[in-house]
Amino acid sequence: MIEGILIGLTTALTFQNILMVMVGCFFGTIIGMLPGLGPMTAIALMIPITYGFDPATGLILMAGVYYGAVFGGSTSSILLNAPGVPGTVATSFDGYPMAQQGKAGKALAIAAWSSFAGGTLSAIYLLFMAPSLSKVSLSFRSPDYFALMILGLTAIAAFSSKGQFLKAMMMVVLGLMLASIGQDSLSDITRFTFDNMNLTDGISFVLVVMATFAMSEALTIILKRNDPTSAAKQVSLTELGSIRINKEERTKMYKTIPRSSVIGFLIGVLPGAGATIASFLAYGMERNVVSDEEKEKFGKGSVNGLSAPETANNAACSGSFVPMLTLGIPGSGTTAVMLGALLGFGVQPGPRLYMTNPEIFWSIIMSMYIGMVILLILNLPLIPYIARILAVPKNYLIPLILFFSVTGIYVMSFNNFDIYLMIGIAVVATFLRLYDFPMPPLILAFVLGGLMEENLRRSLLLSNGSWEFLWDRTLTACILATTILIVVWHIYKTFKKKN
Amino acid sequence: MNINTTKIISLLFFIFSAFYLYTAYQIQVFAFDENAPFNARTFPIYLGYAGLFFSGLKLILPDPNTIKVDHKNLEYKKTGILILIAIIYGATILKVGYFLTTSLFLFASYYFLGERRWILMFLLSFPFVAAFMYLLHGILDIYLRDPFLQSIGVMG
Repeated sequence: MIEGILIGLTTALTFQNILMVMVGCFFGTIIGMLPGLGPMTAIALMIPITYGFDPATGLILMAGVYYGAVFGGSTSSILLNAPGVPGTVATSFDGYPMAQQGKAGKALAIAAWSSFAGGTLSAIYLLFMAPSLSKVSLSFRSPDYFALMILGLTAIAAFSSKGQFLKAMMMVVLGLMLASIGQDSLSDITRFTFDNMNLTDGISFVLVVMATFAMSEALTIILKRNDPTSAAKQVSLTELGSIRINKEERTKMYKTIPRSSVIGFLIGVLPGAGATIASFLAYGMERNVVSDEEKEKFGKGSVNGLSAPETANNAACSGSFVPMLTLGIPGSGTTAVMLGALLGFGVQPGPRLYMTNPEIFWSIIMSMYIGMVILLILNLPLIPYIARILAVPKNYLIPLILFFSVTGIYVMSFNNFDIYLMIGIAVVATFLRLYDFPMPPLILAFVLGGLMEENLRRSLLLSNGSWEFLWDRTLTACILATTILIVVWHIYKTFKKKN
Repeated sequence: MNINTTKIISLLFFIFSAFYLYTAYQIQVFAFDENAPFNARTFPIYLGYAGLFFSGLKLILPDPNTIKVDHKNLEYKKTGILILIAIIYGATILKVGYFLTTSLFLFASYYFLGERRWILMFLLSFPFVAAFMYLLHGILDIYLRDPFLQSIGVMG
């Protein structure tokens, strides 16, 4: 492991990679701050650029963007009460009241330090947990992987959209259907192309991500421009106050950060859970463990109430890399996008990544920590200036997002069919978003579609067409039983609500 | 059963899944693969049934979280215009070239979104695209076909 860490450090500490982390953190912070644009959009916009780099550098850039976007989301939560990403909704509960009391600078500093501490602690957990999990996952066989992918898709459907499980499952199926377009990987038989040559190689992953996130988000912002419920709130950005944290506040944070980082990391590891659930759980737990006097302050600008979700959401970000790197199953929508990018680089994540590409594996883990440090150094002094970016008019922002999306696709294929296809998918995605059909399950399914078919193929061929492989091995049966439990529980809840 | 837009979307998805399933059964496989435990049509067939199952459930089961969208507050006109501009952009980019179409695409988008600061609009379209194009074409060595710039002798 020491050798691996050294390899990772050597790769991560090259001038180019440090520069990439800095660029990633900076752009991620800016994009994450803009309400409606989360880490997935930020990463999606970066993918075409990363293809010009080697896999390690590309992933380091994306990891920087990821952390930056999560931190940026906290900034808009605190200053505008408009979370840039769902994972920072809980941050606004106490961050925004603090800003209203003229302590916006302090709230941003608490968020920055908590994020840093959460990220640092979870990078340490990741350092020790990932290799052991890699060893365990080496015993996984095709049926286990197939069952695990089903579980991952079901879990993301269950967690990504509150009370909309069936909608999310429909999006999962749609994502798998989109992934099935093009040549079959084994027989080269074309499927669902309707004799259109442009579809023979299937639909590009970047196209689907750009269409369902970047472009559809831009269209949604324009569409809901006059909607009073989503109108941007105005706040004076001139009075940020001091960013100094006093001794009493630091003492509170010392207690909150360790417990919230553990919760955040463990939730992040679960496929499908991610930063949103982690931050809400940490907030809830913190409220239960603090003194009655402190409990009263929750929702009115509590330091613990702000520090807990901020620590947990960053810890969950690191945690979500565990299943992605060790099992090839992303823990969140954002890591699903990164998994797609990894596959684009020709790197197959999974237990063998640890052995076949140690420089990628370890440099990502190392660069996470470096990213945390850079994020703190870069963002803390720049808080007053970064906050002004929130004032960028949408009239310029939206066309620029559309420009980056379309250009990203055009330079990859030089084919206007892809532009039409992207517009078509973006229009459908925008309409579906209006009715609360979640997009992360679609992306995760699109990414996993090929792998899932491959593992089902192997399992069925080995068992001579019998579905007994689903319960032949205890591990497969356990994973599948968990999946069934999730499905039955959600359908039962739907019935219960009716009655 | 209440008929709302979510149910209509579910019905459309049900029909789409049925069509997908029908097409999946039509996939031509090799003769020796016809009775194999797994062939090119196996997975799509399961997906088709899964689509029918989940959209069917959504149609039948009650909808406790009905989403109500207030269409009066939605900017359909501006969104439609933006989509139209993007389609025109796609139709002209290969013939006219990257620089002019992209600059006009940005300029038109700013205009239709209500912007009227002409100098800023110009700066964030033509020079901005030129700088971006230089980054792609000049520095990153990504070839960008541009008949317009070629015709005026800017590009070789």
